[in-house]
Amino acid sequence: MRAFSFERATSPAEAAAAVARTPGAKFIAGGTNLLDLMKLEIETPTHLVDVNDLGLDKITPTDDGGLRIGALVRNTDLAADNRVRRDYGVLSRALLAGASGQLRNKATTAGNLLQRTRCPYFYDPAMPCNKRKPGSGCAAIGGFNRNLAIMGVSDKCIATHPSDMAVAMRALDATVETVKPDGKTRAIPIADFHRLPGDTPQIETNLQPGECITAVTLPRPIGGKHVYHKVRDRASYAFALISVAAVVRDDGTGRLAFGGLAHKPWRVEAAEAKIGDGAKAVTDIALAGAKTTPQNAFKLPLVERTLGGILTEARA
Amino acid sequence: MNDDNPIGINRREMLASGFATAAATSVPISAQAKPQPADQPNRMKVTMTVNGEKRTLDLDTRTTLLDALREHLELTGTKKGCDHGQCGACTVIVDGRRINSCLSLAVMHPEAEVTTIEGLGKPDKLHPMQSAFIRHDGYQCGYCTPGQICSAVSTLQEMRDGIPSHVTADLEGTPPFSVDELRERMSGNICRCGAYSNIMEAMLDVAGERA
Ligand SMILES: Cc1cc2nc3c(=O)[nH]c(=O)nc-3n(C[C@H](O)[C@H](O)[C@H](O)COP(=O)(O)OP(=O)(O)OC[C@H]3O[C@@H](n4cnc5c(N)ncnc54)[C@H](O)[C@@H]3O)c2cc1C
Ligand code: SF4
Repeated sequence: MRAFSFERATSPAEAAAAVARTPGAKFIAGGTNLLDLMKLEIETPTHLVDVNDLGLDKITPTDDGGLRIGALVRNTDLAADNRVRRDYGVLSRALLAGASGQLRNKATTAGNLLQRTRCPYFYDPAMPCNKRKPGSGCAAIGGFNRNLAIMGVSDKCIATHPSDMAVAMRALDATVETVKPDGKTRAIPIADFHRLPGDTPQIETNLQPGECITAVTLPRPIGGKHVYHKVRDRASYAFALISVAAVVRDDGTGRLAFGGLAHKPWRVEAAEAKIGDGAKAVTDIALAGAKTTPQNAFKLPLVERTLGGILTEARA
Repeated sequence: MNDDNPIGINRREMLASGFATAAATSVPISAQAKPQPADQPNRMKVTMTVNGEKRTLDLDTRTTLLDALREHLELTGTKKGCDHGQCGACTVIVDGRRINSCLSLAVMHPEAEVTTIEGLGKPDKLHPMQSAFIRHDGYQCGYCTPGQICSAVSTLQEMRDGIPSHVTADLEGTPPFSVDELRERMSGNICRCGAYSNIMEAMLDVAGERA
């Protein structure tokens, strides 16, 4: 690990300003992703700004009947919150399907959104990787890519975003609230928060340098049955091969977002009109234009069948 | 170099090289071989309460909570397995919650209350979970055991607190006490010897639900 200086910020605006004014600075929240990557020197911050003292660890109601989740709320507390369990079950389910009890006790809302890919070549500094070292090439294209993306890929990068939580937040139309180094705040719809890899896979979100996440808000509850189905290589404590976050209402309308398929949670709103026509009708639209490799083509039928199971269950 | 130790390395160094091999399943060799850069270490003071005792340390900011416990406070009960949050051997209880001490910096814990395996009980006054692990043979080599025991204690607390898990069928109800629940909640602690079934017996025993 490279040496770094360390400070504890006491307000979000101060934290943002501190990161903006120090070249090579980063925020640290739970540390469960950043420290992992710092040990491998994939991340090499020269200065860390600890955001744990910002008072952003609360979940509060919003004026329009939704919830504001502080950026520092731990994944355990978010999953266990009674309002979330009752009104946004898909979010509790997604969180509980991720990582382990120990990790969820530390992992935060903001850190979870910003966790980096689990592409094996991103983790191996001996291999080319455009995300880790722009312009070096992509070892995954033509390499071991069984668990990599099939939607929205580019010829520079086929990594997936590993978060379960973010997939549920996409289905729930969450909004990410931030404060910028100049003290101005803004709200970014989750659909516009993460980016596709394109020619710049190293730029993963539309956050500006130093921009600090303060909260994620959920709009008022939309009812329906909430399901998060994650398919993985072992029954617990493994990243998703694919996942489906679903909210299905009795009248056949609903929301669907998919994990393990792309550089961001994957949702195609037009496909949701087809929920009543079954899984194939939905995936024909949601997964149109898929670009698979021989190793990861299994994800297409896996998504369709997983969704089929969810829709059958929802109708029962 | 002496006759007892012909290759001239001590036990600690041998263990350290053993860790490197174990970690190689998850960490590329090339990353480990990289020379340390000649950058200047930064030092910081941090005070925390460890097993009921106030301790102040002056540390390189890079020191993880795990290394602070093992290398600076000589509490070597907590073990370093993968050092990447994947195995759970480093599990300790901080402010009432179990965490992976390898993925946390010591300087992030001012004023924290840390409980390690040494603080749960003493040889002459074991914590019920420690006794139960002995009674049910919840280990073989014992390397993952301190983490398993800290995790097991916290798991029962999390169930009492009504925190749901991935296998809880009814999200809005109180999670039922079951083997499936315990297994899912303990999945962050890996045991290479495969003592899982005896660990389960120990946990059921402590929870008063002997199988
Ligand atoms: C073994 C293992 C298994 C895992 N399995 C899963 C899984 O199955 N599913 C899953 O979804 N996740 C999984 N995870 C990932 C885990 O969910 C993330 O590590 C965690 O959510 C990151 O949160 P954190 O608070 O620790 O982030 P940190 O490590 O502290 O930070 C991550 C990033 O976010 C930035 N950041 C933090 N806070 C802010 C802020 N307020 N504003 C702006 N930037 C900020 C940091 O600068 C950093 O770049 C796993 C992790 C491990 C180690
Ligand atoms: S898929 Fe992306 S992260 Fe993986 S090697 Fe290629 S560029 Fe790197």
